Amino acid sequence: MSISTADTDRLSATFGDVLKASRRASLLPLGMLAVALLYLVYTWFAFDMGKVFGAADAERSVILSRDSFHYKYQLEHSQRRNDFSITVEGNRETEIAGTENVPAWVTRQNNETRVDLGDGHVAHFGNGFMDYTAPDGSVYQVRTTEEGVTVNGYRSILVDDRYYRFLPIGADPAAGLLNLEELAELGIIPQGASFATTKFEYAPDFYKRLRVTRSQVLVERYFFGWEFFWFGPKSPLAGMGLGEVWEVATSDQRIDPELANYEYVFLQFWRNPDWQHNEMFIALLETLLMALLGTFVAAGVGLPLGFLAAANFNPFFAGRMALRRLFDFLRGIDQIIWSLIFIRAFGLGPLTGSMAIAFTDTGTLGKLFSEAIENIDNKQVEGVRSTGAGAIQRYRFGVIPQILPVFVSQTLYYLESNIRSATVIGALGAGGIGLKLVQAMQTHKDWENVMYLIIMTLIVVIAMDMGSGWLRRKLTGAEAAKA
Amino acid sequence: MSDQALSIGELQTHFSEMEHKRRLYTALFLGASLVVFFGGFYIADDLNSGGFWQGLAKFFDYPYEIVVESIEADRWAGLLVDYFPALIETVNMAGVATLVGALLAMILAFCSSRNLGIFAPLVPIARRAMDITRAFPELILALFLIFLLGASPIPAMIAVTFHTAGALGKLFSEVNENIDSKPLEGLQATGATWLQRMRFGVLPQVLPNYCSYALLRFEINIRASAILGFVGAGGIGQEFKTAISWGAGADISALFTLLFITIVVIDQISSRIRRNLVGGTFQMA
Repeated sequence: MSISTADTDRLSATFGDVLKASRRASLLPLGMLAVALLYLVYTWFAFDMGKVFGAADAERSVILSRDSFHYKYQLEHSQRRNDFSITVEGNRETEIAGTENVPAWVTRQNNETRVDLGDGHVAHFGNGFMDYTAPDGSVYQVRTTEEGVTVNGYRSILVDDRYYRFLPIGADPAAGLLNLEELAELGIIPQGASFATTKFEYAPDFYKRLRVTRSQVLVERYFFGWEFFWFGPKSPLAGMGLGEVWEVATSDQRIDPELANYEYVFLQFWRNPDWQHNEMFIALLETLLMALLGTFVAAGVGLPLGFLAAANFNPFFAGRMALRRLFDFLRGIDQIIWSLIFIRAFGLGPLTGSMAIAFTDTGTLGKLFSEAIENIDNKQVEGVRSTGAGAIQRYRFGVIPQILPVFVSQTLYYLESNIRSATVIGALGAGGIGLKLVQAMQTHKDWENVMYLIIMTLIVVIAMDMGSGWLRRKLTGAEAAKA
Repeated sequence: MSDQALSIGELQTHFSEMEHKRRLYTALFLGASLVVFFGGFYIADDLNSGGFWQGLAKFFDYPYEIVVESIEADRWAGLLVDYFPALIETVNMAGVATLVGALLAMILAFCSSRNLGIFAPLVPIARRAMDITRAFPELILALFLIFLLGASPIPAMIAVTFHTAGALGKLFSEVNENIDSKPLEGLQATGATWLQRMRFGVLPQVLPNYCSYALLRFEINIRASAILGFVGAGGIGQEFKTAISWGAGADISALFTLLFITIVVIDQISSRIRRNLVGGTFQMA
């Protein structure tokens, strides 16, 4: 059914005021939307967002996503010492000594190394040289000479102190120079390589990287996974499967005469130098402790203060006002600021974090509890009084049962949110998992350790969320938990 | 319990048994709490680099130092003006994050409410998405983005937006599920399309609640943006960090005053608007 024009005219004539009001009312949200849009446009320019997004470092996102879930074998021939080493993740701790642990794709002969990088890429290198063979068969010979790094007989010179230009060794610079693109066109260097007097660098794909500088030849190959997650590279258990480890743990012959085998296996895992499971566990525990202790103290101190701030318990107006303002003050100063003050007084550690949480949440919980106490139903108290109960019995049986659900559910709710805040407070200096995370991230290396920390943090946060949600429902009933 | 009525004696034994059990649980709970409390305190005190009891004596030293330095400073009020742009930056970070986050939250909320006739398989997906965005600490995301985009307010803004979308989305979807379905049915009877039903049947019911939740979130986001400044996201947090590491007492107190006043003012304004919007105060669940 549709309305004709005549009908609408008649309607607007009869109910003009109503329609006008409704049109005005519908304009308000549109106006607000326009203001919001204008604000976003203003901030786009105020923060210069276009430029920041334009300058986003794509290479870094590649590094991030690769290094978080991959590990690399780093093969290095040092020019100065003329020696060769294989490490995992470039960490000295993980150096592979001897010959039996050398991966099958690496062959060593006469202090020269041949590395099969997979997919037909092969690198052959030694003291001051590297021959890289691409899958199409073309060979690139990189040498370190008196004139710097050279590739396939070409060397580089710096022009105008700014650009690198290239020419054959021994040729006169005046005879003509090539730039990097032209060099790649001629097939002298691979497409996408970088070449300068001090270095030659080329990454054929995501999983391989070659680098030659005056002091070292470096070949890296990436593999998916977290290497040495269970046992460190120096551990005799490194690289064993679950079954083998089980066999070791249950066998009669002790590896370490001091320890039972299962203890030995556990300690090898626990003190893995690469992943530091023990430190991670302690850091997680610190964060949990911060949240738990802080919330407990806040609830324990907040409840009696809440009674004192409630009008139906404390008849002194001045005292109530003073307490209310104290609650506002404690709440108003942010947790981070409290934690900064406490760091000065108590040093770094979980105690500092838990004090900061306790201070802010005493304010919040005290206020909530005092409101709950003021809102109780007086009939229950009167009923208890009519049985001849004393003051303590009145509170025990008349008041406490009424505020207990609020007390439990609010305390648990704040416990949940405090686990998240404890991570943040920790990151700002109080310690725990937050600090470890920030340190690992700001040094910009070992992204897989960062990822491990993040995954553990998320697991703890989500588990605590679910656990306390479950407890809250269990203790207060589903209805109360919803509110 | 059996069908036959219990004798008074049996009832009494049964009752006192249950009473004993309950008392036992209460005692166990209290005992466990005390153990956690004192044990936790002991462990925390042990792990801390400075002790609790030594620290207690020094507790007021730092605030005292700051106050003395602020009083001795030549132009303390001038510092307030100097740091005002940094404050504006932080407020803007929170503003953008709240606006964009609320918009995303609205989309997520409409996708996760069962009563609005949305494509059903979308509901659990949207809910899980909200769970994940809520669980992810802002700080971690901000650090990642700072690595990718460089140190500027924008990574922090994106991180806060991400968290806001999940946190508000959950609240919004609860609002959506509690609406009165009669206007929707009325609109359906006139042959309104889905969009028209949402626009005229749902939005008028939920917008006041949306706005008040978003305002509450705005307050929270100001604090969050200030905190993220500490890891290099600019704004007042970054100034704070610099001032603290230089030990500049007057600057610290000026920044602290600015932040405190802002939080209180925005708290007051938003609670007034919220009262007008929904009539009566309400708690953020």
